[in-house]
Amino acid sequence: MEKFTTHTGVGVPLRRSNVDTDQIIPAVYLKRVTRTGFEDALFAAWRGDPSFVLNQDAYSAGSVLVAGPDFGTGSSREHAVWALKDYGFRVVLASRFADIFRGNSGKQGLVAGIVAPEDIELLWKVLETKPGTEVTVDLGAKTAAADDVTVPFQIDDYTRWRLMEGLDDIGLTLQNEADITAFEADRASWRPTTLPAKHLPSVPIEPARPVG
Amino acid sequence: MAGTLAEKVWEAHLVRRGSDGSPDLLYIDLHLVHEVTSPQAFEGLRLAGRPVRRPDLTIATEDHNTPTLDIDLPIADLTSRTQIDTLRNNAREFGVRIHSLGDADQGIVHQVGPQLGLTMPGLTVVCGDSHTSTHGAFGALAFGIGTSEVEHVLATQTLPLAPFKTMAITVDGELPVGATSKDIILAIIAKIGTGGGQGYVLEYRGEAIRRLSMEARMTICNMSIEAGARAGMIAPDETTFEYLKGRPHAPEGADWDAAVEYWKTLRSDDDARFDAEVVLEASDLEPFVTWGTNPGQGLPLSASVPVPAEIADENERVTAERSLEYMGLTPGTPLREIPVDTVFIGSCTNGRIEDLRSVAKVLKGQEKAENVRVLVVPASARVRLQAEAEGLDVVFKEFGAEWRNAGCSMCLGMNPDQLKPGERAASTSNRNFEGRQGKGGRTHLVSPLVAAATAIRGTLSSVSDLDLGYDVDLTTFDGSPLAPLEAPSFV
Repeated sequence: MEKFTTHTGVGVPLRRSNVDTDQIIPAVYLKRVTRTGFEDALFAAWRGDPSFVLNQDAYSAGSVLVAGPDFGTGSSREHAVWALKDYGFRVVLASRFADIFRGNSGKQGLVAGIVAPEDIELLWKVLETKPGTEVTVDLGAKTAAADDVTVPFQIDDYTRWRLMEGLDDIGLTLQNEADITAFEADRASWRPTTLPAKHLPSVPIEPARPVG
Repeated sequence: MAGTLAEKVWEAHLVRRGSDGSPDLLYIDLHLVHEVTSPQAFEGLRLAGRPVRRPDLTIATEDHNTPTLDIDLPIADLTSRTQIDTLRNNAREFGVRIHSLGDADQGIVHQVGPQLGLTMPGLTVVCGDSHTSTHGAFGALAFGIGTSEVEHVLATQTLPLAPFKTMAITVDGELPVGATSKDIILAIIAKIGTGGGQGYVLEYRGEAIRRLSMEARMTICNMSIEAGARAGMIAPDETTFEYLKGRPHAPEGADWDAAVEYWKTLRSDDDARFDAEVVLEASDLEPFVTWGTNPGQGLPLSASVPVPAEIADENERVTAERSLEYMGLTPGTPLREIPVDTVFIGSCTNGRIEDLRSVAKVLKGQEKAENVRVLVVPASARVRLQAEAEGLDVVFKEFGAEWRNAGCSMCLGMNPDQLKPGERAASTSNRNFEGRQGKGGRTHLVSPLVAAATAIRGTLSSVSDLDLGYDVDLTTFDGSPLAPLEAPSFV
């Protein structure tokens, strides 16, 4: 996972509350076999509306989403975070997040910062009066700044540390690489391995056919 | 310190003990992979530039999406075909062993592990599938994981985990004739509820469990997840060793002796403490069937559809009303009078050779009820070969059943094997959720023996309802191994 210290990018005001994961990415997109390429699926139901914020030129290249309360509720699908990241978002700021969404964000390197409702309002005003304004997010200082407005945000220390170090769960586990290797060296020889493959002789399988 | 079976296996896999509330890091002995929950995990590895750490502890097969007819033709459903192609490409790219459709070792992942002798006592086994609990029948700690965890295991061969609680489920006595291990687990789930096992590893013990064959034990552990449990386990014994010996990946020579010596220590100590205990008397059991839309809504076959008005608890009453409406059942109807359209025999719960043998024994020479469609789907290609070598396929076909290729099939209807809206099935599978076997489909979970008797009578039935006209040795129906017929052994 890429290390995150500061990020500067166009801020996108999303004046909606309770944006659930079905709105972030509808279920129909879950059948895909990839973890990337979900950018077209992000907010799919709203993207057809020309007045939707991401359809306006000033905001379409946005990377800092400033949303209403209770962002990411509903289904646990990790696809919601993938879609936001694939579109180009690095940060979502809101006054409240659903737990699972916040957890998934941390795993995938998306900063989910909790900002007081009145500060969200301040950011919205700047971004709406001057479309295309960039927001600078400083994870070390836990602040977000746009134009002459600087607001603090909250994020739990463990997630912040992991994001700043660029450590995903797998990266963290691999810090125990020496322990894992030592454990493997002691593995009893009766414990199975799948390779080299052993099996009974291969036999042709007769395909069943429809009856009648 | 005295320990339970689950605790002993856990301790033996500790790479690093967690501190300050951080989880333990557990080593994984065997990682089973299938096409549905793995694509994004492999994609994650690719994006991060990571290899599969231990391809030699990983094995893949195709089961959820595979058709059970015309398996030599291109898969018609595009999504299914893409998922299977993706698994094949990932296996090739990352060097993972794969058994594909058409291969003699293809089949439901929870049958493939045991039949190859890869599943053994004292292992940690994971798979992106909740029915991974099946492998606990060998005294392994086996549980289902999500896609992120699949990627984690592929990359590190470990998982950060918080310890589970333990529950002892003791089944005393002896099963009556005509009742099977499926009836034991359905009775357990009805007793403790679909959430009763949440946060627990269940350990099944007692005389009735000891008497069961390996395959019958797998049926019980398989459905642990239906009680909400993370895993189910049974301590290994001679039955376990007997099943394993000589299988392709079973240890040999000095390794075998060392393994058996260790495996014999894998039992809960007499003074081990469990967080919860449940006791059941096997001789009280009779064939069980479900009437509702969760596996906990089950009753003995001699009972009637519940009357919601008589249920005191409001939540349960409302749930029962909703279930009965979906199931299209009238309260008070004797369960034996419920007619079915389809009988499905198969799945990781009851699609193994002993299941097929017991079904064939009941169906042989009998006539199928009119308008009932009977689908027999072996759990793996080897099970199919074994059944054919024993002539079971002929019995099924003469009876009027469809004899299919291996896979998950109608258990979850990801392939074309589905119920139509309003259709009712007696199914040997594991979940009777709304729409599980097809949109609007209605499922009654049953044992293979009840499925067979139902196929003959057309309504939910047990073998004791049948007038077979000849003597069948029902004592072999208690889940103990049936004497294999003269045939080469494939499974």
